[in-house]
Amino acid sequence: MPINYYIFLAISLFCIGIVGVLTRRNAIIIFMCIELMLNAVNLLLVAFSKMHHLNGMAQGNPAAGTDGQLFVFFIMVVAAAEVSVGLAIIVMMYRNIHSVDVNFLNRLKH
Amino acid sequence: MNVLIVSAILGVVMLFSGVLLKQTRIVRAIAIIGMAVLLVINILEISGTSFFNIHTYGMMHFDRFALLFNSIVLFSTLVYFILSAKDMEKVGIHYGEYFALIFFIVCGIVLVASFKSLLILFLGVEIISIPLYILTGSDKKNLKSNEASLKYFLMGAFSTGLMLMGIALIYGATGTFNASEMTFPAARPSILPVAGMLLLLFSMAFKVSAAPFHFWTPDVYDGAPTVFTSFMATIVKAAVFIGFIRLFDEAFGSFNAEWQTWIAVITVITLFIGNITAVFQQSVKRMLAYSSIAQAGFMLLAVYAMNTDAKEGILLYTAAYCLATIGIFAVLAKMSDYTFEGFNGMARQQPMIALLTTIFFLSLAGIPLTAGFLAKFYMLKAALGAGGSLWVVIFAVLMAAVSVWYYFRVIQAMYFKDGQATVQVSPFFKWTLAVLAAVVILLGIFPNLLLYWYYF
Repeated sequence: MPINYYIFLAISLFCIGIVGVLTRRNAIIIFMCIELMLNAVNLLLVAFSKMHHLNGMAQGNPAAGTDGQLFVFFIMVVAAAEVSVGLAIIVMMYRNIHSVDVNFLNRLKH
Repeated sequence: MNVLIVSAILGVVMLFSGVLLKQTRIVRAIAIIGMAVLLVINILEISGTSFFNIHTYGMMHFDRFALLFNSIVLFSTLVYFILSAKDMEKVGIHYGEYFALIFFIVCGIVLVASFKSLLILFLGVEIISIPLYILTGSDKKNLKSNEASLKYFLMGAFSTGLMLMGIALIYGATGTFNASEMTFPAARPSILPVAGMLLLLFSMAFKVSAAPFHFWTPDVYDGAPTVFTSFMATIVKAAVFIGFIRLFDEAFGSFNAEWQTWIAVITVITLFIGNITAVFQQSVKRMLAYSSIAQAGFMLLAVYAMNTDAKEGILLYTAAYCLATIGIFAVLAKMSDYTFEGFNGMARQQPMIALLTTIFFLSLAGIPLTAGFLAKFYMLKAALGAGGSLWVVIFAVLMAAVSVWYYFRVIQAMYFKDGQATVQVSPFFKWTLAVLAAVVILLGIFPNLLLYWYYF
């Protein structure tokens, strides 16, 4: 399959994530949209990795393209760390105002 | 490499000392000694003594620029610990953990300052950001702190997403993550690398709070506990700038025609919004948040120019800006009233503190004989050297003149208005602040004391 299909799929997922972050008001859903953005990137990295691997094989370099897949694991680990901190922050917020609506966040502007 | 490993170990040590030691005084002493050790081993590494020889497979590169920047960061953090560590007790009960998080942030700073592979850049930025989300929200019962933390987290995670997309697109175009191995078709780059470069540009602009991506900054800096605002507005911001410069120098240096105009526009908007909005603030803490946006505008001139002057300049700017702002925030953290009126009559109550704070504000405003003046001078010189950018330089000078207005409002409040500014300080704090002010003036007269290390 041509690489273009993968690029279009990943970009579409990424854009859905961005639109979700910009329009939703619930902190958890915003958070899910951010995860969607990260996973779109993962998908794209794996697709590119495969593409570079095939190109590299043609030139006699079997190790080409492995770094893209390695990067995906790092993104997963960092995303997990981010989730743990982010959910803790959302819970801390919920304890104080009993809501996860980000419209509360405009109290700092004065 | 020395600092990276020892700092990670010290972070774990602080984690345990926070649990095991009951006396905050000892925890603080361990943190300060640890930071001093980091500074010493970093200077040892500059002079050629490396304790760890680890093969990083070309992912990291500890050159003189990175090592000197690390030294500036470690020195600033040491000063910050000495001045402000006591105020962290007011934030919450997890005293040791705050230090541990700061040591982990130092790890991230080292990674960002010396990356070669975009993987390390990503990891470094995240290792800086994630502990900062926690530190921002560390005042758990305070609603403002909670809001700031959530806002910072959502914005930070969003910009991380943009950065990763940029890295992925660039990987697709070049087939490598290594910044110096990337080759772009010189004549007319295709859409893939240009889109990736722009996404990286936007996400880095987010992280250094350059306009139009600055909107989270005032709220987050205002809501975070003052001691931690001090850290994130100075050292962290400078560190991300170093990553910014290295990225655009090494990876995208070959097609700078594509991004130089973008950077120029972002610089001008940042200078304008930062300085003009700062004029209208009522709270000094919020004014300093906008002033940090304005200073980021000046630092962006280094990214714009990208020549030898720019690299010298950003090092000097980092030192000047970090030291002065840490001093001001240290005084601010001791005060109860953060409005401009809170500073009224401080010259009568605390003449020495008022004088030292004045020196720091003069340095931020860029008055001659202070480090801030020479830092701004280097930036403008670098931008002129880049050629064809006279209008950016003229605009920057105009905006520096505007910045004098709001910095001098504080000085005016301290010296020419009557009031009861309450600030309780120990003699030790006073003398440390005096030494800091002396360093600021010394760098303003002999910048070569610092820049010497860049070459020899």
